[in-house]
Amino acid sequence: MNQKTVEEANAEAEALRRLYAGKTLTPAEKMKIPAQEMPNQEASVRARNMEEVALGYSEAQAVVEASRCLQCKNAPCVKDCPVHINIPEFLKAVAEENFKEGLKVIRRDSLLPAMCGRVCPQETQCQKNCTMGKALKDVDQAVSIGRVERFLADNVEAEPVKTAPETGKKVLIIGSGPAGITCAADCRKAGHRVVICEALNKPGGVTVYGIPEFRLPKAIVEKEIENLKKAGVEIRPDFLVGKTRKLKDLMDKEGFDAAFIAVGAGLPVFAGVEGENLVGVFAANEYLTRSNLMKAYDKDRALTPMYTSKRVAILGGGNVAMDAARTAVRMGAEKVSVIYRRTEKEMPARKEEVQHAKEEGIEFLMLKNISRIIGDENGRVKQVETVSFELGEPDASGRRSPVRVDGSEELLEFDTVIIAIGSRSNPLIRQTVPEIQFNEKGNIIVNDNMETSLKSVFAGGDIVLGAATVISAMGQGREAAKAINERLKS
Amino acid sequence: MHKIIKKNRLSENVFDITVSAPLIAEERQAGQFVIVQADNEFSERIPLTIVDADAEKGTIRLIFAAIGASTRALARLKEDDEIVNILGPLGKPTHIENFGRVVCVGGGIGTAPLYPIVKALKAAGNHVTVIIGARTAELIILEPEMRAAADNVIIVTDDGSRGEKGVVTAPLKRLCESAAEKPNFVVTIGPAVMMKFCALTTKPFNIPTIASLNTIMIDGTGMCGGCRVSVGGKTQFVCVDGPEFDAHQVDFDNMMLRLGSFKKEEEHKCRIGLST
Repeated sequence: MNQKTVEEANAEAEALRRLYAGKTLTPAEKMKIPAQEMPNQEASVRARNMEEVALGYSEAQAVVEASRCLQCKNAPCVKDCPVHINIPEFLKAVAEENFKEGLKVIRRDSLLPAMCGRVCPQETQCQKNCTMGKALKDVDQAVSIGRVERFLADNVEAEPVKTAPETGKKVLIIGSGPAGITCAADCRKAGHRVVICEALNKPGGVTVYGIPEFRLPKAIVEKEIENLKKAGVEIRPDFLVGKTRKLKDLMDKEGFDAAFIAVGAGLPVFAGVEGENLVGVFAANEYLTRSNLMKAYDKDRALTPMYTSKRVAILGGGNVAMDAARTAVRMGAEKVSVIYRRTEKEMPARKEEVQHAKEEGIEFLMLKNISRIIGDENGRVKQVETVSFELGEPDASGRRSPVRVDGSEELLEFDTVIIAIGSRSNPLIRQTVPEIQFNEKGNIIVNDNMETSLKSVFAGGDIVLGAATVISAMGQGREAAKAINERLKS
Repeated sequence: MHKIIKKNRLSENVFDITVSAPLIAEERQAGQFVIVQADNEFSERIPLTIVDADAEKGTIRLIFAAIGASTRALARLKEDDEIVNILGPLGKPTHIENFGRVVCVGGGIGTAPLYPIVKALKAAGNHVTVIIGARTAELIILEPEMRAAADNVIIVTDDGSRGEKGVVTAPLKRLCESAAEKPNFVVTIGPAVMMKFCALTTKPFNIPTIASLNTIMIDGTGMCGGCRVSVGGKTQFVCVDGPEFDAHQVDFDNMMLRLGSFKKEEEHKCRIGLST
């Protein structure tokens, strides 16, 4: 597929924009408007740098794409958005070239459009049931809601967060990832004093340590954090609640009226296969944290080393697996293979990331799993034994569960293995706050109000949901803030 | 920001710093560590055991060997300079009780993390013998402090320039074999190979032995899994499950291999470090 350059895409969109200017289009006419492609850095170039892959819509492209929205009364897109952004309303504003209004509509429900526009799995949320996609019988032909959202976030100056008069109440937020910062912003808006404790040296959670620069530039995260600070939120980095201070001590000592636990699902899961502790086997968390938080990709300046690999196997099919695979390419690996035990259709990764990974030369070994990792005489990975699977009956999640094919073992040459099969919740809160109830998976149990079994302590995001998405964590942060603000009224 | 209040050079490349960190000073217990990061952008996260703390003054004491690019950068900081990030206290504290007779074995820089444990064990009523091992006399650290804290101190050097000539396992074995001085509990901290042989020495005598491990670590909060070790066939994270484990159960051979994971890459970093 030959991709259009930024200039070509923009020139075509400009022509369409002029053509439709001032006209009221019928649904049939809207269906004929070509879906706007996102210009990307060329695959062979981007595989050698860490800069963002997707270059963003031009103004004309955003207007043309937004014009495709059919303005459905029942708005199926809104129902599938975890924070229920009024999507038809913001698209209408963009189609009418009222960009300021467009961003305002989004920011009523989401404070992080620059992030969500980039990392939300739109094809399984807002864009999944888009009438345009349904009418054209292809979900890829749905209105590209996320791309228009990103255009607004990147190009329109947001109005500063307005805060209510000080209430004198204090809210403690533990963790500065998507759930934490969303909750912090909403509690601050209500006039409460808000303090965020972050274990790492930089705020942002998974958006800083996990998601690579080429997918979500760190400058975007920093800007959102700056906005929070400007609104008066205090952030304490290098503060691990449970260790630096125990939760209850901290609440008592500093007089917090409520707390929100949003520490994420930070504990990597290993596959439990032989050879997993060999040199050259990494949890995706380690591989990505080295590259992202510690900037190890910048080999000349960073002091944290990155493992030198020629042939890298990634186990898993989610976004984290794609991020690790694409990072390995950029670190100079000659061959990178994604090993997944179902088929591409079942892969939980965003479609666009899979597409980008393929363009960057990453091999996909589907219906396979790693059964053993074999080391050389120095304990370094030299081979991986894989085993094949067939798809059987659908399981509880509705995905067809893979069944192992006996005798299908195969030895493949790899020097590095990255495990990206999910993460569990960090046990620290559980160890240090016995009053809080957890389920058997290690996730915090909350009631309909997002409150834990410890009064005035709320929880949300991956620590409640298990490893999920940025947007669902934000949705939880928002709900928790609503409950906290309600509680603090009395 | 954490100001360096005091800095001493203990030997050619071993430094002793006292740093302002009031929250950590108040909360820390023997056996716990911190993660130190000299600046916010490109420096490494270095795990260092807290040697001592003064809750009133709000300071902690750290001892480290400047052997890699990051520790050398840390060593270049002077009194009144600031360390941007210190996270802690991390890890589980040492389990302290009155075991009776205890032997604590420290090798090289490992003598530093041993010191707070010796003090805590002594305070709990134990009879404490400390064995300090080093390559040569010049590299022995904390001897006066150990003599003040413990009942008995044995010095061992590879070259015999001080104390006994040989390795720490010789006096350890002697004590284990002695009817009167046989320890009820042994703590060992030092190079992996030394801890391995301490464990092999005490095993036949069935003496409970713990080792404090210092593996490669990034976040120190259980997130990256880089510090994992095999203990009794089970994968454990040194940062959150440790740093102390039953030394008889630790797979030291695998740990040593993993410690060398970045040897090639680090040689490169060291050259960068030298040129700056």
